Formats: sequence, structure tokens, C-alpha cells
Amino acid sequence: MTTLTAKDKDAVRTFWAKVSGKEEDIGTDAVARMLAVYPQTKTYFSHWKDLSPSSPSARKHGITVMKGVADAVSKIDDLKGGLLALSELHAFTLRVDPANFKIISHCLLVVLSIKFPNDFTPEVHVALDKFLAALALALAEKYR
Amino acid sequence: MVEWIDFERDTIVDIFSKMQYEVVGPEALARCLIVYPWTQRYFGNFGNLYNAAAISGNPMVAKHGTTILHGLDRAVKNMDDIKSTYAELSVLHSEKLHVDPDNFKLLSDCLTIEVAAQLGNDFTGEVQAAFQKFLAVVVSSLGRQYH
Repeated sequence: MTTLTAKDKDAVRTFWAKVSGKEEDIGTDAVARMLAVYPQTKTYFSHWKDLSPSSPSARKHGITVMKGVADAVSKIDDLKGGLLALSELHAFTLRVDPANFKIISHCLLVVLSIKFPNDFTPEVHVALDKFLAALALALAEKYR
Repeated sequence: MVEWIDFERDTIVDIFSKMQYEVVGPEALARCLIVYPWTQRYFGNFGNLYNAAAISGNPMVAKHGTTILHGLDRAVKNMDDIKSTYAELSVLHSEKLHVDPDNFKLLSDCLTIEVAAQLGNDFTGEVQAAFQKFLAVVVSSLGRQYH
């Protein structure tokens, strides 16, 4: 995996400034889409009473995930170090198969494409895709 | 044999009836070449692909993007047998074009994102699920004749 260049980081930070204020909507929409489009992801949430994409649990989870992504943006210069606690959580407690990080990343990008049709240019897309891939790697750091 | 419920059939037909082929096709292919630059390996004779602006403005990319998108029309018309609809194209992509089938998924992700931008809030989670299912069947059919 390539590292994030200064240009990538700038593109992510600049775009993220536009996202400000809409995080909750974006997060809930992304998780809702993940559950609708990739039903196998529901296997991680068997403890929820209601697994439908618009359920309160799904909405709450969308907000949680998005807070994590926002946190990662602020720690973009050292994702591995900055996300150590989250990595341990995913490795030892959640044990989410890392293939699923690609899934939620894709759903997040679809939502951003809908909400920011003019700002989500191919250049911004590639920077964000790289960032989310780096984030996924940082989260999987402690897996083995 | 892929099972389609009415909602899925209607959704696919609806999306393609509204499709702006000359906008979405070029943008989807350009996005793929920019976001996943290794896909440029298949377009050595397309001229200037040196940066995002060049790719987005390249007329050969635009023309080919439109061609690819129209290529999906046959699947829309034959949803109950996409596998045999694309048997010949699958052979072409394998034997003549030598395209790694993983690339089909990359392009289909870019197409999903472009259609999402085009449809906005109408591109609900359920619509996305139907569209991605359709593309997954197309991708699988295109990879089927590889050996």
C-alpha cells in the first residue's frame, strides 16, 4: 500500500471541512447502505433488536463509525499511532474481517458522491480512497 | 440462474431509461483511470493520460466510456440470461484484450458512484442494492470464459 502524499492529505482535509456539520447524516446513510447492499454485514450485529437499515441501532452505529473517521482525519499524519486503541478494539473485541472495511469505505464514498456531486471529483475520490484504505490498514494493524 | 424480484427489474430498467450515456459513461471510465491508475495499462494507445485533467478531457476515453455503458444495454434487455448474453464479450476480454477480471469490479464501483451522483437522493439503499446486484452479475458473466 502506498503512503499518503502531502497532496492527498490536503485534499482529504479540504474536502472534510465541507463535510463538517453533515457527519451524522453521512454516517447513518453509509451504514444503512452497507446493511442493505451487503446483507452479510448484518452478521456482526446479531445483538441488535432491529437490523433494518433505518433502525435506531443502525443510525447510532453510523454516527459512531463516522466519529471514528473524523478522528482519523485529524490524525492523518500518524494513523497507526493515533488509532492504536481503535485498532485493539477491532482486533481483540470486534474482530471484523478486514474485507468489510472496503465495503463500508465504498458505501461512504457513494454517500459523499450523492451529497457532494460537484466537490467529489475524481481527484478528491482517489485521495479519499487512499485515506480510507490507510485507515483500514491502521485498524487491522493489531489483528496478527 | 439469477432470481430477480420485480423491484430489482423495475429499478434497473428505470435507471437505464434515465441514463445520460454520454455523461455517465465517460465520467465513470475517467474516474476509474484516475482512482485506479493501474487500469491505464489497457489504454496505451489512448494518448495523453498523464493527469486527471488530461484523462477527463481525453476524447478517446469519453468515446470508450460511452461504448462500455451502452454495452450494458444488452444485459438490461436480457436480465434472465446475462451469462450467455456476455459469453462472447467474456472471451474477447480474456483472449484478445487480456483484461484482469478484477478490473471489472473497479469500473463497476466507479459506475455506481457516478450513477449515485446523477440520481442523488433517488439512489436509495434499496436502489443501490439492485444496481450493484445487476453489475455483479454482469461482472461475473464477463469473467466466466476466462481459463
